[in-house]
Amino acid sequence: MKTAIIELTVRNHPGVMSHITGLFSRRAYNLEGIFVNRLKNTEKSRMLLAVEENEKISQIIKQLEKLHDVLEVSLRHDEKEELIRKMDEFLT
Amino acid sequence: MEKKGAEIIIETLEKKGVRLVSGIPGGSNLPIYDALSKSRKITHILARHEQGAGFIAQGIARTTGKAGVCIATSGPGVTNLLTALADAKLDSIPMIAITGQVASSLLGTDAFQEVDTYGLSLPITKHNFFIKNADEIEKTLFEAFWIAESGRPGPVLIDIPKDVQNQIIDFISMEDESRFEPKEEWNEEDLKKTAEKINRAQKPVLYIGGGVLSAEASQEIQTLSEKNSIPVVSTLMGLGAISSDHPLFSGMIGMHGAPCVNMMMEEADLIIVTGARFDDRATGKVDAFCKKASVIHIDIDKAEIDKIRKTDLYLAGDLKKIIGKLIPMIESSKRENWIQETEKLKKEHPMPFPKKKYHPASLIQRIGRELPDDAIIITDVGQHQMWTAQHYPFQKPRSFLTSGGLGTMGFGLPAAIGAALANPDKKIILFTGDGSFLMNIQELAVVHEWNLNITIIILNNRQLGMVKQQQELFFAKNYFASQFHYTPDFDSIGKGFGIRSIRIENETEEAKYFDDMIESKTPFLVEWMTDPDENVFPIVPPGKSNIEMIQE
Repeated sequence: MKTAIIELTVRNHPGVMSHITGLFSRRAYNLEGIFVNRLKNTEKSRMLLAVEENEKISQIIKQLEKLHDVLEVSLRHDEKEELIRKMDEFLT
Repeated sequence: MEKKGAEIIIETLEKKGVRLVSGIPGGSNLPIYDALSKSRKITHILARHEQGAGFIAQGIARTTGKAGVCIATSGPGVTNLLTALADAKLDSIPMIAITGQVASSLLGTDAFQEVDTYGLSLPITKHNFFIKNADEIEKTLFEAFWIAESGRPGPVLIDIPKDVQNQIIDFISMEDESRFEPKEEWNEEDLKKTAEKINRAQKPVLYIGGGVLSAEASQEIQTLSEKNSIPVVSTLMGLGAISSDHPLFSGMIGMHGAPCVNMMMEEADLIIVTGARFDDRATGKVDAFCKKASVIHIDIDKAEIDKIRKTDLYLAGDLKKIIGKLIPMIESSKRENWIQETEKLKKEHPMPFPKKKYHPASLIQRIGRELPDDAIIITDVGQHQMWTAQHYPFQKPRSFLTSGGLGTMGFGLPAAIGAALANPDKKIILFTGDGSFLMNIQELAVVHEWNLNITIIILNNRQLGMVKQQQELFFAKNYFASQFHYTPDFDSIGKGFGIRSIRIENETEEAKYFDDMIESKTPFLVEWMTDPDENVFPIVPPGKSNIEMIQE
C-alpha cells in the first residue's frame, strides 16, 4: 500500500476533529494516521493525515476543501517517507 | 447597550430580514422564545413536531431561495429535527436551525434532555456551530446565513446553551462582514473549449438538475438550448426550470423517467450536465449511462466533478454566470437531423399515459391544466410523487417541491405549510399518499390555525404503494408489510382538525368536486380513493441500465 500525506490547516476549536474524522468515516475513506498540533500564537491547527494513495484521493481532497473549518489543503510529497517513518517509530 | 444573548439572536434574525420562524418551545430554548415574543417583525409558526418545523422552514426556503429558519429545544427537539436537516442537505436547501442546549455547567453530564447536538448534526449539515459565549452570537448567525445561502446551499445548525441565551453582555452591533464565495475553477480557455465541443457535437443533450433552480439560471439554460437547438432533459429536482411545454424540453430522466428521454441519452454524443450530480435514480447503472457521450459538467460544487462519472471537461462555478458567458460563443444552429431524431423518439416513446380516466395520472394532469402557472405543487414520497413528476405540466422555477435526495415520507404537509406562508397569493396543492400523509399528519392543526390556502389531495390506495410495486415486480409478488390492514378515515380526520374534507371514490364524485379543488382558497382535504393495483411505469429495475425500462 502506498501512503500519501494530506496536510491541513484548520480553525482550532473542539469540533474540528469530528468534522475531519467524520468525513472519512461517512464517505468510507480509510484513515491510516493522524498527527495534529496547534500552530503557535494562532487560532489555527495543522493536521497531517496519512491515507492510502489511490484513485479516491482527489475526491477526499475536494470534500476536505468544502469543510468550513478547513483553511488550506495540500498533498505533501516532500520528505513524506521520512515523516511516515518518524511517525511509525514514535508510535510503535 | 446591555443585551441578553436571546435578544441578540432575535435582533440578528430581524436584521437578516427573517419574517417567519417555525419551531416548538421547550426547557432549553425558553429564553429565545421570551425574546421572540417581543419581536414585531417576526411571526412564529408553532409546529406540532420538530420535524414539521424543519420542513415548514424548507417550504419557505424552497419557494423563496432564502434560508428558512426553525427553532427547537435540546434533546428530543433536536433528534426530531434531524430528518429535516438531512433532507435539506441532500437537496441543497438553505436552512438555519437554532437549537437550545442544556446550560454549560450541565454539558456532558447526561443532563435532562441533553444530547450531543453538534455530533448528531455534523454529517447532515453543511456546517454547524456551538456557541460558548453571547458575544459570538451575532457574528456566528451572520456567518451561518452566508454559509447556508452561498455556493451550493445547505442547512446550518447553531447550538446555544441556555445560560448563553440568558447571558447579559455589553452589545454593540456589527456590520455583516462575512462573505463566503466558493472557489470557482474555470477560465476563458475552458469556456472556449466548451463552446467548441457544443458547436462540434452532432447529438448534444442538456441534462439539468436542481442546481439550475438554486442558481436562478433557468433563463440562461433556455436561451442556450434555443440558440443551438439542444434538447433539455431534467432530473426530478430540476423540474420547473424549463416549461414542460417548451418544444425543446423532453422530460424527466431516470428510473421513472420518460422512455424517449432515456433513449435520447443513449444516443447522445455530448451531455452538458448543469447543476446535477449523477444521482443513481437519474443514471441507473452508471457504467451503462450515456455510453456514447462525452461529458461537460458545470456545477458550483467542485466535489461533484468526477465523483460518479469522469468528465471530459468541467467548469466549477456559478451556473448563471458561466452559461451567460457561454451563450454568445455558441453558434446558432437548427440541428435539423438531431431534432428530427429526438422528435421521432418523443412521438414513438412518450411517457406512457394510463387508459383509465379515473387514475391519479389523469387527475394530476387535469389539475395542472386548470391551475395558474405560478401555483406551487408539493408532493410526499412514493407512487403519487412519481405520477406528479411525470404528468404535472410544470411551467415555472420553484413551482415543484419534493424530497428528492433523501426521499422523506412526511415531507409534504409541512413543506406545503411553509410554501403557503411564504406565498400567500399563490395556490398550493399537496399531492400525498396515505402512507406519507400519516407521517406528519399532526401539522393539519397548523393548516387550520393559519387558514392556509392549501388543497390536500391524498391518493389513498391503502398501502405503501411504491414498496408493494417493487415487491410485485422484483420479489415475486411476496407482499409483506406493505399493505395496511387498517387505514383511517382521512375525511373524518380532516374534519377533526376543523378542515373541510371530502372523499372521492369515482369519476362522478370527482366531477362534482373538481372545480372546488381548483378554486378553493381555504384549507381543503380531498381523500381520493385509488385503485391499489395501479403501478408507476416506466420503471428501471434497481441496478439496471436506463434503457432496460419496464413499461407495463
